[in-house]
Amino acid sequence: MTSLGSALLALALVIEAYGIGASVYGVRARRPEWIESGRRAVYALAAVLTLAFAILVAAFVRSDFSLAVVAEHSSTTTPAFYRAAAAWSAQEGSLLLWVWLLSVWSSLALLQTRGRMRDVAAYAQAVLLGFAGFFTVLLLFLADPFERLHPVPQQGVGLSPLLRHPSMMFHPPMLYSGYTLFAIPFAFAIGALIARRVDAQWIRSTRRFALAAWFFLGIGILLGARWSYAELGWGGYWAWDPVENASLMPWLTGTAFLHSIMIQEKRGMLKVWNISLALAMGTLAVLGTFLVRSGILDSIHAFGASTLGLPFVTLIAVMIAASVGLVVSRRDLLRSEHRLTSLLSREAAFLGNNLVLVGLAFVVFWGTFFPLISEAVTGSKAAVGPPWFDRYVTPLALVLVLLSGIGPALAWGGFSRARLASTFAAPLVAGLLVLLGLASVGGIARKPLALAMFCAAAFTLTAISQELWRGTLARRALTGEATPVALAALVGRNRRRYGGYTVHVGIAVLLVGVAASTAFQHVRDARMRPGDTASVGGYDITYLRPTSALGAEKITLGAVLNVSKAGRHVATLIPSRGYYPSLDEAGFGRIGRFFNGDSTSELGLHASLARDIWTAAQPELSVVEPIIKDADRRFPDANAQLEGFVVSTVVRRYVQAAPVVDFRLIVSPLVAWIWIGGVIVVGGAMVALWPAPRRVRSRVTSTPSVTPGNPGSSAAS
Amino acid sequence: MRPGGETVDPARRRRIRLVAALGAAVLLAGALAYSSFTASSPAKSPSQLLHADGARSYQLTGTVLAGSVRRAGGTLGFRVRDRTGTRSVPVSYTGVVPEAFREGREVIVTVRRQRAGFVGEPDSLITKCPSKFTTRKPS
Repeated sequence: MTSLGSALLALALVIEAYGIGASVYGVRARRPEWIESGRRAVYALAAVLTLAFAILVAAFVRSDFSLAVVAEHSSTTTPAFYRAAAAWSAQEGSLLLWVWLLSVWSSLALLQTRGRMRDVAAYAQAVLLGFAGFFTVLLLFLADPFERLHPVPQQGVGLSPLLRHPSMMFHPPMLYSGYTLFAIPFAFAIGALIARRVDAQWIRSTRRFALAAWFFLGIGILLGARWSYAELGWGGYWAWDPVENASLMPWLTGTAFLHSIMIQEKRGMLKVWNISLALAMGTLAVLGTFLVRSGILDSIHAFGASTLGLPFVTLIAVMIAASVGLVVSRRDLLRSEHRLTSLLSREAAFLGNNLVLVGLAFVVFWGTFFPLISEAVTGSKAAVGPPWFDRYVTPLALVLVLLSGIGPALAWGGFSRARLASTFAAPLVAGLLVLLGLASVGGIARKPLALAMFCAAAFTLTAISQELWRGTLARRALTGEATPVALAALVGRNRRRYGGYTVHVGIAVLLVGVAASTAFQHVRDARMRPGDTASVGGYDITYLRPTSALGAEKITLGAVLNVSKAGRHVATLIPSRGYYPSLDEAGFGRIGRFFNGDSTSELGLHASLARDIWTAAQPELSVVEPIIKDADRRFPDANAQLEGFVVSTVVRRYVQAAPVVDFRLIVSPLVAWIWIGGVIVVGGAMVALWPAPRRVRSRVTSTPSVTPGNPGSSAAS
Repeated sequence: MRPGGETVDPARRRRIRLVAALGAAVLLAGALAYSSFTASSPAKSPSQLLHADGARSYQLTGTVLAGSVRRAGGTLGFRVRDRTGTRSVPVSYTGVVPEAFREGREVIVTVRRQRAGFVGEPDSLITKCPSKFTTRKPS
């Protein structure tokens, strides 16, 4: 079966080469049947790669250690749930996942556009097959997932314990779906530029894919944040780590794109900007993959020297050069049909939001790549830390939240000053009420940026509720429907708009959670023995007694904590640490290896809408070290039974001795609202993604659009 | 119309706006660049830190020296050695360390010189985990 996998990869390369040739020849020679054949090549590629990926996953599930990648990343003791996910913990497997997802999404996009924009789609399919070809070459020559091992080992290394979290099943496929979906607007933008068809049609055809990319990448980022919070044992959800930043950059650019394309659809403006954003999104998505794979920047994610740096740098250079070259050579076609007439218009608000989002993406880019920038300028690598990011990101996020309330309330084309008061009175009052209400609450005024975020969120939530309410009232007056029916019909008929507003609400809620949990968090690192109590954020946390558990895979040492407030019991938490055996028996000893492999933290978490009480424990093993060393000396050839007996004795001694434990204790307000806000964002995006009922779309203006052959007509407008 | 009655050429007005916007963007980008150079900590290997001054912080990168990890109270003491080489510097670190921290692992930690050794800034210790994305062969 696995040699079939290699053959399928080779076949994929042949299909890609054929498809590129057929598509380009078809469009150049005006032979639609060749373009059609190129399109079918994409479908065939999806089928072939689906089979190849299925073979790899099956090898992981069956623990087929004749494959090197399975032996290195899985084992028979790895729980079945994680064996399939282990397929993408390996570099080879994740590259195969990337190209497989790309082929599936590309097929879907081309299926949706068949019969339309034939010339644009022809170039787009060539570009998409080019991406697939790049990854297939990597898989065939640099990171072969079907490489075989001789002799076949009896057991594999196992999935890294740090990756054993339910998010491992979903976080990487979501991120990769986002990254690969961003390739579709990129490919169509390149196609539109080459074919000189830069009206809004390529945008309409790929808008849903850009939204889907944004949606999946957003879910991936959120799952990563949650994973970090629940598993990594440091109590944070975002660390400005290069790999986190790598996913944030295309997401921010994608957010800007989803807004600015509406200006092109409605007003025929911002063509250069939109096409540049689409090209930037695609390039940043590949850059994100590159950052993870190359290990060029120090990160908690990217490790080990990888051989894939140079090919990726080459690909990114080609993408940038092609993008810049095409935009410059087609600049005459990309003139705006209108000019911005009023700063009090929805397009002006969108333009503002675009500048802020691109500004944010630039800040993240600069900070992420600063080690390379500083090395180029000063000759030595230097890094900026989270405070540097926070300094710039916080004010920009504030402006963004405000704009997400202002934009929906403004009309396209302009807005009379007379309506200003009636539109913004209620949101401003809400913001002021929050300011007055919270400024007097102890301590909040000392964190002005957090307070500003609460006020901005109140402003935006009120503005959007008011929009929704006014729309419902108008519809009710028009149709005589009951209020809930009118509301449902309003949202159902304008899914894109109201889905978007829901996303705005979710982002505001999420950022309130971020602001509160960052500004008003209480952290304490305490070293305690049973009976000791530490106070943090108004809570008393008492270490009652140690716990232990011996499993087939790991040894768990934990601590029972009693959380109380003013003498009243709040929760009982049991944070623990799981020790996985090391395979390095020579280095750590027969028994020592059980305590010196990877270890993971299991939190004791008491989550509520108001605050999270977060605890992690790091047991002190020095008390049992002499016993372990003694056992290693006395039983160098212990059988499994004796090993089990000695390990259980060591664990029992640990519990009896009840030594000190290092705890990290965090009381963090409103963290739950980050996840709730995230769920609202996901819900809103799903509403927007859902296909709208077919109807004739009209431009706001009746001015004829620019025809490709007559760019001069736009200059006068 | 201006109060004086003369009209402003729309093209000229657009040019002025463009120059103002570009000027603001350049200023902001300049501030961004300047602050990143002043706020950053240079990345150094242990051998480069042997003669470091105590005024600024550094990002120390290297491997935790085998047999060097000691706990004293809530403080962890260990030596970080060059990735390739034997030179090492002592580091003391207070707080919870990442899961993957152990002897032989690659770490990055923001440190300041203090007398004979270096003191790590809280929560700045990152461990590089060798088990992910590498092509380690099974033993």
